[in-house]
Amino acid sequence: MKIPILQLKNILLASIQVDLTDEDALEFQSDVLRKAAETDAAGIIIDITALDVVDSFMARILNETATMAQLLGAEVVISGMQPAVALTLVEMGRELTHVKTALNLDQGLEKLNNCIAAKNGIVTPREGNRRDND
Amino acid sequence: MTKKTMEIKNQRDVIAARQAIREMANNLGLGLADQTRLATAISELTRNVIQYAGEGTCIISDESDQTTLRIRAVIEDHGPGIPDVDQALADGFSTGNGLGAGLPGARRLVQDFNLESKPGHTKVTIEMIRRKW
Repeated sequence: MKIPILQLKNILLASIQVDLTDEDALEFQSDVLRKAAETDAAGIIIDITALDVVDSFMARILNETATMAQLLGAEVVISGMQPAVALTLVEMGRELTHVKTALNLDQGLEKLNNCIAAKNGIVTPREGNRRDND
Repeated sequence: MTKKTMEIKNQRDVIAARQAIREMANNLGLGLADQTRLATAISELTRNVIQYAGEGTCIISDESDQTTLRIRAVIEDHGPGIPDVDQALADGFSTGNGLGAGLPGARRLVQDFNLESKPGHTKVTIEMIRRKW
């Protein structure tokens, strides 16, 4: 199961629409990183609205992908986590510690753009609130 | 009472198992949070089967009575077994993939958790128990 990764200017957008096997998740991770390097992406949004289970393996993949992308110079935002998934992850003692998250794709894009602008030294109106998002 | 036995042989079976228990939980009227807890716990436990034993079984059953809603899952394999059960249940411990949240994580999501393991046989039984109103 290949997850399409779309490019919007300097941002990559991937929406995970199906339950991934562990192998699929690992393949997705390397695809995202390769594409980030190829396109010189400034940011990556991974939308997980359709995922109704994020177990410890998937959480680790998302965490690692964000950390790896940061090493390549790209910021990562995970958007659309379902409330029940968030609840379950925290109860299990898992969190997405290295990743910025957003309620939905719209807010995710805004957060990512603010993040990229801040990194490039451009002050945005939301700059003052940025500490909340980190 | 409904009961379903599933072979766990590959990663597709892990996904099928968690979908099956979610469906059962949904049919019994459990909410989204409980459905997700169960599906996630099954995901962790059946992944362990693939990872450590190669294959096994997962049996899910509705054990409810008049006052209590009870979903049970029994996950069994004939792999090498867990040498130190207490250690395996401690947070941060894992021999397989450096994850350390599989067993203790799954345990936190359900009301009843029982793990028996010896070389050649590992059996995990979990139950989600909710009072009927």
